[in-house]
Amino acid sequence: MTFRTGLTRRTLLAGAAALAALSAPLSLAAQEVQTGGTLVLASLQKPRHLNAAVQSGIATAVPAAQIFATLLRYGETFEPEPYLAESWEYSDDAKTLTLKLRSGATFHDGEPITSEDVIWSLGVTKENHPFSTMLEPIESMEAPDPQTVVINLREPHPALLLALSGPLTPILPKHVFDDGQDITSNPKNNLPVGSGPFKVTQFEPGQHIILERHDGFFLEGRPYLDRIVIRQYQDANSGVLAMESGEAQMFPLLDATRLIRRLEGAGTMVVTDQGYAGIGPINWLAFNTKNPALSDVRVRQAIAYAIDRDFVANALHAGLSKPAIEPVVQNSPFFTENVERYDFDLDKANALLAEAGFGEGGQPLTLRIDFIPDNEEQQRAVAEYVKAALAKVGIEVSVRSSPDFPTWAQRIASHDFDMTMDQVFNWGDPVIGVNRTYLCSNIRPGVIWSNTQSYCNEEVDRLLNEAGVEPDLARRQELYAAAFGQITQDAPIHFINEVPYHTVYLQAVQNPPVSIWGTMGPLDEVWLQQ
Amino acid sequence: MFNRVLRQLLYAAALILAVLVLNFLLIQLAPGDPAQVIAGEMGGANEEVMAAIRQQYGLDKPLLTQLGLYLGRALQGDLGMSYFYNRPVTELILSRLGPTLLLVAAALGFAMIVGTRLGLLAARNPRGLSSAAVTVLALVGYSAPVFWTGLMLVILFAAKIPLFPVAGMIDVVKQGGPLMRALDIAHHLVLPALTLGLVYLAQYSRLTRASMLEVLGADYIRTARAKGVSERRVLNHHAFRNALLPVVTVAGMQFGAIISGAVLVETVFSWPGLGTLAFQSILARDYPTVLGILFFSTLIVIIANLLTDFVSRLLDPRLAGGR
Repeated sequence: MTFRTGLTRRTLLAGAAALAALSAPLSLAAQEVQTGGTLVLASLQKPRHLNAAVQSGIATAVPAAQIFATLLRYGETFEPEPYLAESWEYSDDAKTLTLKLRSGATFHDGEPITSEDVIWSLGVTKENHPFSTMLEPIESMEAPDPQTVVINLREPHPALLLALSGPLTPILPKHVFDDGQDITSNPKNNLPVGSGPFKVTQFEPGQHIILERHDGFFLEGRPYLDRIVIRQYQDANSGVLAMESGEAQMFPLLDATRLIRRLEGAGTMVVTDQGYAGIGPINWLAFNTKNPALSDVRVRQAIAYAIDRDFVANALHAGLSKPAIEPVVQNSPFFTENVERYDFDLDKANALLAEAGFGEGGQPLTLRIDFIPDNEEQQRAVAEYVKAALAKVGIEVSVRSSPDFPTWAQRIASHDFDMTMDQVFNWGDPVIGVNRTYLCSNIRPGVIWSNTQSYCNEEVDRLLNEAGVEPDLARRQELYAAAFGQITQDAPIHFINEVPYHTVYLQAVQNPPVSIWGTMGPLDEVWLQQ
Repeated sequence: MFNRVLRQLLYAAALILAVLVLNFLLIQLAPGDPAQVIAGEMGGANEEVMAAIRQQYGLDKPLLTQLGLYLGRALQGDLGMSYFYNRPVTELILSRLGPTLLLVAAALGFAMIVGTRLGLLAARNPRGLSSAAVTVLALVGYSAPVFWTGLMLVILFAAKIPLFPVAGMIDVVKQGGPLMRALDIAHHLVLPALTLGLVYLAQYSRLTRASMLEVLGADYIRTARAKGVSERRVLNHHAFRNALLPVVTVAGMQFGAIISGAVLVETVFSWPGLGTLAFQSILARDYPTVLGILFFSTLIVIIANLLTDFVSRLLDPRLAGGR
C-alpha cells in the first residue's frame, strides 16, 4: 500500500519505464537518473557500533547494509537476486551451495574481495551473531579459487539464501578485522572498512553517521547518491519536524500513526508501508502458560475472542496497522489464511470461559498485563484496551507498567508475568525469527524473546523442524501452514497487529527503499531529483 | 587561605568518592542488566551470547569485587569502557561535556542578564504595568514545562517560520571553515538555550525584583538619594549590585539543577550533550557511563560552587572578611 501521490507517481514511473523499454533505446531510461546529492535520513535508533556480523537489530542494520555488501540481495519479493555473488547453485541434495563472486570487487581500502574474506566473514557471523540458527547447519566452507565459495551443509537449510542478504551476513575484510582481537569489542567496529556502496567517515553516537559514496563499488555507476547522513533524533516528534522543515528527506521505521497521518497530509511527502516484509514486525499479546488459569487453553482462546482487532487498528492506530493472525506477517511467503483468526466474538468468549469455570457465575479471574515501555500506541494503549475489553467478559486485568525496557525484559525473561504485550520480528524466515517463540527446546529462563510463554507442543516442534530442512518451497509452505494452524489453536499468543512501520520521504527521493529489507538493504539505487 | 583551599579539595574528594560508591550501589537496584539491554537491542539473543556479554564486562563477579575493581581503576583515572557504545567512557563524556556546558552557559547567561534586567525594570515601579508584565512572564516561564516550551518554539520558529534548525548542534550536510562552524553552532544554540533559559529567567527576574524592593528601602539608598546621586546611579550602582547577591547565590546553587534540566531540553532538540547520554545510559544499564557522568557532574557542581563563592566575594567584599 502506497499513499497519495506515491501511488500515482510510482505507477506512472513504472508505466513510463515500460513505454521507454518498448519504444526507445534503454540508454534513454537510464539518463533519467540524476546522480549526486546528499540524502539525510531521520532515525530514532542508536546503534552500539556498525559491525552487523556480531550485532543484530535494526539500529546497526541500516548503516551496516550501506557499509557492507552481502552475497545476495532481495527486491520487493522473496526472490534472491545477485549482489556480491553473481550466481549461485544448490547441489541436487540441497546440501551444498556454490556461489560465484563478482570479479574486480574491492573493499573500501582498495583490497580485492575474495572467497577467503567471504568464508571468514560467514565464520565470524556463525560464531558470534545472536541469531545462531541462521548459519548453524553450515558444516564447512571451501574456497577452490578466489571467486568461488562452496558452503557444505549438515542438512538442507532453505533459510540460508535469505540469511545471505540484507543486514544478516555482511562481508568483512579479513585483512582488517582478523587482528587477534575479540571481534565483538574490536574498536574497528566503530568505523569499519567495508565492502558496500557507501563508506563510513563519521560516527558520532547519538548524533549522526556520515556515509560517503564508495567510488570503487562493484556495481558500475552505483551508488547514485554522493552521501547519506543518518541523523539521530531523540523522539519521533523532532524527526517529523525535521521532515517538515526539509532538514531530513527520509524517515524510515516510523510507527507513530498520528505522526504518519500528519506527514501524509502535508502533501509534499510520500508515505509507504513497503519495505518491512523482511523484518515482519508483529505486535502481540503473550500468555504465560504456567499461570494456573492461563494454562487452560479455553481461557486463552476466550481472551483472544474478547479482543477486537478492528478497534485496535482503527481507534488506536489511526487505521494504519494491519491485523496479525498468525506467527508470520501477511507479506511472508509462509503466510496462510488457514488458521483460527479469533475474530471478535463475545459469545464465544463467554462460553469458553464458562466451560473453564470462570466468567459469570464461575470463579473470579484476575490477571496482570505488562507492556514494553516507551511505546505508547503499540504497547501501552493496546494493554489498556485489553484491560477494558476483558472487563466485559468478567476478567479483571491490572496493567503493570515498567519504568524502562530492562525492567520489562527482566520480568518477562524470568517468566514473572501473566500476560504481556510484546513485539517480535520475523526476520525474513521462520527459522531465524519465528521458531524461537514456540520450540519446547527454547524455553530458556533469563533470555528475552525466547519461548517465555513456556509453550510446548511436540507436534508443533516436529512440523517446524521438518519445515526448516525442507528444500521444496511448496512443501515447506504446507508444513508451516500446519504448524501455524496448530499454534493458533493452542493460542500461547494472541496475534494482534502488524507494527505499522512506514517510510516517509520527500517527493524528490526516487527509487525509495521498498525491497523486503527496506532501509536494512543497500540504498545504492536511491537518487534525488534536483 | 592555603588551608581553606586544601580543606575544600578534601571535601570535594570525599564527596566524589561517596557519589561514586552510592551510585554504584543504587544503580544495581534497578532491575535488568546490560546483557538484557544489549540482547534487546539485538532483537533477541541466546544464553551463550548473554553469558559472554556478562563475562566480558565482569558482571558475573560478586558486587563488591566489581565495586573494588571499578574504584581501583577510577583512582588511576580510568573510568572504564561503555558497555553500550563500546568506547572509553572518558572519550564519550568529553565529547558530550562541551555541548552541555555551552548550552548551560548560554542559557544561564541569557537568564542572568535578561532576568535581572527585567527584575530591575519591575522594581522601579512595583505597581506599574511593566511590573505586572514581568510577573506574568515569570509565571508563564516558570510553570510551563520545558519540553512543551521547547516543542512550541520549534514548531513556531523552525517549522512554521524556518528561522532556526529543528534539532542537533551542527548541520552535517553543510561544510565550511571554523568560523562557519561556530556560526552554525550558534544558530543551532538559540532555541535550546532560550528554552532552558526561560525557566531561570523567570526565577531571576522575580528574585531580582524582590531583592531590589528590599534594598531600595535600605538606609544607604536614602542616604545616596539625599546626597543628590542621580536615580539612575542609585538604581544601577547602589541598589542593583547589592540586589544581585541572592541571585548569584541561587544561580550557583542551581547549577546542578540546570544540568538535570538540560536533559529534557537536550532530548527535545537532540542536542548531543551529557543529559541525553545520561538518560540513555541509565536506560541501557550502562553502569560505567552513568558513573562517569555522575563523576563529571559532581566535579562541575563543585567548581560552580567555588566560583559562586568567588563571585559573591567580588560583589560584596564583606563576605571575604567574614570568615
